[in-house]
Amino acid sequence: MPASSAEQPAARPERTELAVVGAGPAGLAAAVTAADGGLDVVLLDAADAPGGQYYRAPAPGLGATRPEALHHGWAEFAALVARLGRHRTAGRIRHLTGHHVWAVERSGADWTLHAVTGPDGRDGATTLDARRLLIATGSVERQLPFPGWTLPGVVGAAGAQAMLKSGLVLPGRRIVVAGSGPLLQAVAVSLARAGARVPALVEASGYGAYGRAPLVLAGNPGRLAEGARHGAALARHRIRPLTHRAVTAVHGTDRVEGVTVSRLDREWRPLPGTGRRIDCDVLAVGHGLVPQLDLAVGIGCATRCGADGSAALELDDGLRTTVPGVWAAGETGGIGGVRLALTEGELAARSVIADARGGPGTARAAALCRSRRRMRAFAELMGAVHRPGPGWTDWTAADTEVCRCEEVTTGAIRTAVAELGAGDSRTVKLLTRAGMGWCQGRTCGFAVRELAGCAADAGAPDRRPLACPVPLSVLARADRPEDA
Amino acid sequence: MRRPRIRTAGRTPAALAGAVPGPAFEITFDGRPVRALPGQSIAAALWAASVLTWRTTRVNGRPRGAFCGIGSCFDCLATVNGQPNRRACLLPARPGDVVTSQEGDGHAGLVR
Amino acid sequence: MVGAGVVGAACAYYAARSGLVVAVVDSGPVAGGTTGAGEGNLLVSDKVPGPELDLALLSAALWRELAQVLPHAIEFEQKGGLVVAASPESLATLTATASGQLAAGVRATSVAADELGSLEPHLAPGLAGGFLYPQDAQVQPALAAAHLVRAARDAGASLHPGQAVTAVLTGPTGAVRGVRTGAGDLLAPVVVNATGVRGGELAALAGVELPVLPRRGFVLVTEPLPRLIRHKVYAAEYVADVSSASAALQTSPVVEGTQAGPVLIGASRERVGFDRTLSVPVVSRLATAAAALFPVLADARVLRTYHGFRPYLPDHLPAIGPDRRVPGLFHACGHEGAGIGLAPATAVLVTAAIRGEEPALDPEPFRPDRFDAASRTGHGS
Repeated sequence: MPASSAEQPAARPERTELAVVGAGPAGLAAAVTAADGGLDVVLLDAADAPGGQYYRAPAPGLGATRPEALHHGWAEFAALVARLGRHRTAGRIRHLTGHHVWAVERSGADWTLHAVTGPDGRDGATTLDARRLLIATGSVERQLPFPGWTLPGVVGAAGAQAMLKSGLVLPGRRIVVAGSGPLLQAVAVSLARAGARVPALVEASGYGAYGRAPLVLAGNPGRLAEGARHGAALARHRIRPLTHRAVTAVHGTDRVEGVTVSRLDREWRPLPGTGRRIDCDVLAVGHGLVPQLDLAVGIGCATRCGADGSAALELDDGLRTTVPGVWAAGETGGIGGVRLALTEGELAARSVIADARGGPGTARAAALCRSRRRMRAFAELMGAVHRPGPGWTDWTAADTEVCRCEEVTTGAIRTAVAELGAGDSRTVKLLTRAGMGWCQGRTCGFAVRELAGCAADAGAPDRRPLACPVPLSVLARADRPEDA
Repeated sequence: MRRPRIRTAGRTPAALAGAVPGPAFEITFDGRPVRALPGQSIAAALWAASVLTWRTTRVNGRPRGAFCGIGSCFDCLATVNGQPNRRACLLPARPGDVVTSQEGDGHAGLVR
Repeated sequence: MVGAGVVGAACAYYAARSGLVVAVVDSGPVAGGTTGAGEGNLLVSDKVPGPELDLALLSAALWRELAQVLPHAIEFEQKGGLVVAASPESLATLTATASGQLAAGVRATSVAADELGSLEPHLAPGLAGGFLYPQDAQVQPALAAAHLVRAARDAGASLHPGQAVTAVLTGPTGAVRGVRTGAGDLLAPVVVNATGVRGGELAALAGVELPVLPRRGFVLVTEPLPRLIRHKVYAAEYVADVSSASAALQTSPVVEGTQAGPVLIGASRERVGFDRTLSVPVVSRLATAAAALFPVLADARVLRTYHGFRPYLPDHLPAIGPDRRVPGLFHACGHEGAGIGLAPATAVLVTAAIRGEEPALDPEPFRPDRFDAASRTGHGS
């Protein structure tokens, strides 16, 4: 029998000055900057190595001697990892790998973080306290359903890239890349460099729309250079970008054998009679990214609707959320890419340091703030250019599954709206089970919202009080951390 | 410093990353041996063996495999060493792992 | 009919089918409030003899009728409730409760400790015994409300979702003549307040007080599982929690499977206003209690937790019928955690009252103005 008891009220095992959730570019930059500033930091991340999805690298066992070949900007990342290593050694950063934070709650002046541990969160559980919280939970890929998208061989574009970067594998030999957004170009080039044939890069929007904001482009020469680099690489690999087009059908019975690509009008409505078949054994598809906001929304952080149509955190110039003691950086504030994430990570950490230690704003912080504004302007432009046009719903047939987990079709959702009085995505979910499965609407959330067609609902955040599945036995112990 | 680009049909992800992996080992998928490399997830090992499907859905019995690749969509659920609903895209393969195609909720064994 | 939750839906259904011209108006969509957060319990087992049990028995019969008429999609299931006692003391209390219920017309069968396993194979060993209540049933509440509204529309009712009522219109005599919404005025000589947990706010628009308070409850939803749990299973202590007047937290395990696969775990009760943040201590207690009843669930993963706000009235009875303070104003709210179960009987009482017909049971205990000081003295109750 442990000698614990009633007079030791909830002796929390750990308490630090700053907890950073997510070790992608934003979280990593934030953690090392905060530690540079003398803060005692804990960095929690689901993966077993830092980098997030962008800097995902092969596991050590794969012995990659040239991991940089899979990435752009590797040197900068390597430098951050080296700084992390030094801070870990010095004890200023505790880097908790394999930690999936499932909820954060306020306890007095502190934040209590609850996590499950292990590669897929099945090994154990921990609880820790922190004075301040910095949320850098990144994003997941945005998907729009179309006939055949549940067939094996259809994979997320970001997913194919993640599997390539971490496992050095391809899902097939001949891969059509489709959807919308600049990420597709990077994916197509990566897949081709790794040996896949990429017969087409299908972009639902057009790149010309960027030209409508010359001032924003002028303020972001890096993005222009990136575009040019991707263009050259696509040409080198003989990948033809097909713009204003989308995959409207997938062929094959047990796995992908080909896709039909159709031309779209300005609202993304497929033009009849324009379908053209392209043979392939894999379709890698995605429509940009969506901020992952479960933890932030759970503690009451306010959101705004970004130009891309998704909710993003409302942040001030110091990257404070609307909840005191909580900061955020990177994709959680709106999808903006790796440069913005690195900048915001550092800026957020400087803001936290100023809060913890006082002192005047620095010239460095002011410069970061200016860069951030420029990059945020580009992010909004990018969001607007690739925001799905309202005609995308015409791609789906009545029997097209929208919710992959619960196998709920477009037809069922339309019936719930038209005949049963569902007026928003919550009631669509209640009446159809769309978004009620294992992924809790992370994959279909955007699509369900658009099909529900509720104006008040557009760009509102999903509420998921549990940010990942939690074993009942872990929940049972969550209020008694000494047993955990 | 730029490396010369290799344009041969024999290009592979491993060659691109200059991978010198540790010794390969075996796992089984539905009873047949599948080769895995240290550090690969179960999903990666299955993809490398041209396996794209290791689950059938609860309602319509449709085949599924990895989709999002980052643990967010839960399409890649597999039964691993008798435990159902493991995310194959996150779970590292270990020598001797027994992976079986998961049917539906994966819990048929619980029914009394 | 103000409110498109299950109570408003049932009222619209019975009223429209009786020949009344009905308009349902709601600030949100159908089933957007507490109905959508409910578990869909149609219970007689958790009610002690008295007016609420009479209402529940009437409602149970009406739900069985509705299940014949409405589509299977409402997931009506006469699964039966199994109330279990952990200790001999608890079993003694349960036995006493059950004998009172039997006298009031409830069907209940004693289940010995060694028989529990045949009813619920995954139940923890070592329980003292229990009672089986075959009249207990379940529906999927949002679908039930939606199909009731749809059937009401088939009978001529109109639906006005997304229109918040901003005023209750009254004429020179003080009698109700309709409601004002963002989309215009809806004129009617009768307005039914079926706004659930917002019932007090609508009453205030009509110039009267109805002390409806939110009583928060959390539900845990597991990963999809096979049908491991056959009945609605709960601990004997649940009945005491339901009838408690305390604002403090009470939790007692209520566990049931669903047709879709996930197991639902309730039930907590606390009066904390409309606090929408996750309470880890509350969900932790629910998890502990559920795993104690069904050890097989310990390894199951909880995918989701959600909360709802039960419309609580201080004496745990709903407000049903005409409000004597405002002619033409009727109430059908304040059902706390039993709104799904009590909806049809409520609707039948309200419809009869509007039409001036003989009620199916004595509506006096549900009189909406019973909390009013003047009314209390005036009617000597």
